[in-house]
Amino acid sequence: MINHVPLEHILLVTTLMFFIGAYGFLTRRNLVTMLIGVELMLNSVNINFVVFDQYLFPGKIEGHFFSLFIIAIAAAEAAVAIAIFINLYRNIRSIDVEEVDKMKY
Amino acid sequence: MDSTAIIFYFIATVMIVFSVLAVTSRRILRAAVYLLFALAGTAALYFMIDYYFLAAVQLIVYAGGIVVLIIFSVLLTSHINEKLDKPAWSKIIYTSLTLAAGLVLTLYTIYDHSFVTETSSPANVTVNLIGERMLSYGEGGYVLPFEVISILLLAAMVGAIVIAKRTPPKS
Repeated sequence: MINHVPLEHILLVTTLMFFIGAYGFLTRRNLVTMLIGVELMLNSVNINFVVFDQYLFPGKIEGHFFSLFIIAIAAAEAAVAIAIFINLYRNIRSIDVEEVDKMKY
Repeated sequence: MDSTAIIFYFIATVMIVFSVLAVTSRRILRAAVYLLFALAGTAALYFMIDYYFLAAVQLIVYAGGIVVLIIFSVLLTSHINEKLDKPAWSKIIYTSLTLAAGLVLTLYTIYDHSFVTETSSPANVTVNLIGERMLSYGEGGYVLPFEVISILLLAAMVGAIVIAKRTPPKS
């Protein structure tokens, strides 16, 4: 893939993906769909790490490890977030952000 | 333009289209499935850059784990046929303007900066090498983040169970 696709084109794709995720995070009101936006943002940043690693510093696999750790953190974050959504739904029968103004229980 | 470039542009188009669908679809379950396609496209991109281990992890953890988790939570918290309300036009317009400004700034920075691309042939990233780097404590070793992540995952797992557990009714 090196020499076939310029670095800027891959960065264009990841930038677009990041801002699409941010759009979803800001316009959605359902908590699960907001989580989908966050996952898109994390994923685009992951691609950035890997591409910088492969294009600018080939052989040093630092970006690879950053991506692995980000994936692990994203999994932990999704698990806790979904536990919170299920608990919220059980308590107030809704996962709309506008109605989640009392997280204390 | 050779075949590698054509495949890349195809994957890129698929990723962008499915990302847009994932944040605009009004049915939650469909949004989750569109997210799955966007993440699988990312895995294909990793395969193209010769990062096979990362691509496998991406498929297992993201496509296999997180998307299934999201689909389960959709099934537990909303009806299949429920359609989300359309966001207000003012919200769409203000958000789009803000994000367009950010997008233009980021793209200007990217295209303004000249990256010094190394064209030497990249090292072959084997699972062996990854395992050794992950557990070494010398230069370029990642044993501390590895251990911290293991504690984080344990804490997240216990926390998720405690939060989602049904609390006994107070007597």
